[in-house]
Amino acid sequence: MSETMPLSRALNAGLRRALEDSDRVVLMGEDIGPLGGVFRVTEGLQATFGPQRVIDTPLAESGIVGTAIGLAMAGFRPVLEIQFDGFVFPAFDQITSQLAKITYRHEGALQMPVVIRIPYGGHIGAVEHHQESPEAYFAHTPGLRVVSPSTPNDAYWMIQEAIASPDPVIFLEPKSRYWQKGEVDLDASALPLHASRIVRRGTDVTLVGHGAMVPVLLQAAALAEGEGTSCEVVDIRSLSPVDYGPILDSVRRTGRMVYAQEAPGAVSVGSEVAATVMEKAFYSLEAPVLRVSGFDTPFPPANLEGAYLPDADRVLEAVDRALAY
Amino acid sequence: MTDLSDGAVPRDQPDLVRFLAADGSLRPTPAAEPYAHVVDALADADLEQFYRDMVTVRAFDREATNLQRQGQLALWPPSWGQEAAQVGSVRAARPQDHLFPSYREHVVAMVRGVDLIDIIRVMRGLTHGGWDPTDPKNGNTHIYTLVLGAQTLHATGFGMGLVLDGRCGTGDPERDEAVIVYYGDGASSQGDVHEAMVFAASYRTPQVFFLQNNQWAISVPVAVQSRTPLVKRGEGYGMPSIQIDGNDVLASYAVGRVALEEARAGGGPRAIEAMTYRLGAHTTSDDPTKYRTSAEEKAWQERDPIARMRAYLRGRGAGDAFFQDADDEAAAFAADIRTRTLALGGIDRSRLFANVYSEELGEIAEQERWLTAYEASFEEDAR
Repeated sequence: MSETMPLSRALNAGLRRALEDSDRVVLMGEDIGPLGGVFRVTEGLQATFGPQRVIDTPLAESGIVGTAIGLAMAGFRPVLEIQFDGFVFPAFDQITSQLAKITYRHEGALQMPVVIRIPYGGHIGAVEHHQESPEAYFAHTPGLRVVSPSTPNDAYWMIQEAIASPDPVIFLEPKSRYWQKGEVDLDASALPLHASRIVRRGTDVTLVGHGAMVPVLLQAAALAEGEGTSCEVVDIRSLSPVDYGPILDSVRRTGRMVYAQEAPGAVSVGSEVAATVMEKAFYSLEAPVLRVSGFDTPFPPANLEGAYLPDADRVLEAVDRALAY
Repeated sequence: MTDLSDGAVPRDQPDLVRFLAADGSLRPTPAAEPYAHVVDALADADLEQFYRDMVTVRAFDREATNLQRQGQLALWPPSWGQEAAQVGSVRAARPQDHLFPSYREHVVAMVRGVDLIDIIRVMRGLTHGGWDPTDPKNGNTHIYTLVLGAQTLHATGFGMGLVLDGRCGTGDPERDEAVIVYYGDGASSQGDVHEAMVFAASYRTPQVFFLQNNQWAISVPVAVQSRTPLVKRGEGYGMPSIQIDGNDVLASYAVGRVALEEARAGGGPRAIEAMTYRLGAHTTSDDPTKYRTSAEEKAWQERDPIARMRAYLRGRGAGDAFFQDADDEAAAFAADIRTRTLALGGIDRSRLFANVYSEELGEIAEQERWLTAYEASFEEDAR
């Protein structure tokens, strides 16, 4: 059975199923109860499951993550909401010094089945701190898993799989895609949580990205086709670990690759993927792997986000450069 | 209220709870009266056990310090001087309770069943953790947390879990579980501690915040951490807060006991400030001669928790045989630690890569394979 719904509703449905499947699952976050979350992702869940399963917390991100760690120690599976990407930083120590390292520190005796949901990225015209792409900090931290769904179907299944994971998962939700509709297969998940996926077949250039960038890559590919260039598009879905299989398979066929991301390019997920692909598929490459990223500035005032954020044209500019080699 | 300007000991708060004066005489303060029944219920054997605990851990602590000086340990954080605060509170906890130490609560771990060689192993660089908190033999004692104050949030979250699961507040003290979290005056400035108190009060966790004010955060005196007595903080967050003479094991036991019983019964969190003193250095890497006076140290040695308990027990009829036996037991404990420390081996290279995640990732396995081959290549070159 499948149903068409927006990405935020797919998350809601996935959270609902997770809450039904295990009474150890609890949601925590600011405004997730009667308000249903500022993006309404948790709408209706407290009404169904009660305030002991869907918990409004005080306004303290480090406190939310730190107490979730304690709840995990007590046998719960906390699913946290950080209200906006820019506000995850007060929790950074609890995430990187504690959550990421507790299993290692305990030599495996304790697991941390904690999911941290973070709406991330731009395109919503918001004020500062509400349009960040902080994924690199977490992908760089051993002990964390980092994923980002780009479609409602992936959102529905990946949130459940993240909750089922025994390890801490940073779950990056592309907020600019919350209202985009897509078909959700309610019966079966097509892919494991950390699998990457070729979402469009092509022959000339491989376009790779995650989250909100994937629809932009598909748009670029459609435009390129009109000009006689066939692009393959890969959604990496998981930023840590990265499933290089489909990426390398694609690059060995096309010989050229562009990684696109909203995040600033310096020391980014794109940098890591590019370096790894160049190392592992060097002899298949006709051109260096190119990156299309946010500029290495803080995210600008919203009036400038159109200039800052990579769009299909910036992707196609890189495609042209790759083809020119 | 804490006056260190002339090196004198801090003046006691008017509502400080103390039973034993520094000379070991039983002179309860007015604030101690409501707790007297708890002390009265203690048998001689209990009092003797408190003494033994303190003497044993002090011997252990000195041995560990010596081992560090001899190059056997990278570091040692001494608990010297804080024995009464820790023994009283840990003995007040019930078997089903959950304990979150900082990194100096060696006797807390010992009393709960942790083999202290596991703390030694941490300081010897063989492990970050040392023991499994879920193994029943460890008495629900969590491992040391080296980021100051971080454990207070973990303890609060654990307490929230107890509330959600109805593991407290049933009215049966044999079953109801409580949490006690240890931290210091320095850590009390950390934001996480404040957030932990906010959440604890909000969700009414069955939790005792046990602050050992040992007067120093490495070289920074407590007067810099707070312009108000630290005991006043708890009230601000919505929880009863009591100051005790942390060098009086009876006060630590009695106030700890009442706080834990009230918390486990559903009364919500409580805070205790135990006034004590870090007689040793912050760790063996520290040099207190650079920032505090020997006059101050001497003044606090006159408030030594073990000396006062010894005097008290003598006054109750304990004889030389008992004290000698306690000293012998402590010496044997320390000697055993020494023997086992020197016998500790190394750790397998595989431990570097193990338990990053719950299942091994291909990427990490690949790096482990690489390192193995890389190290083997040196042996090949040497041939």
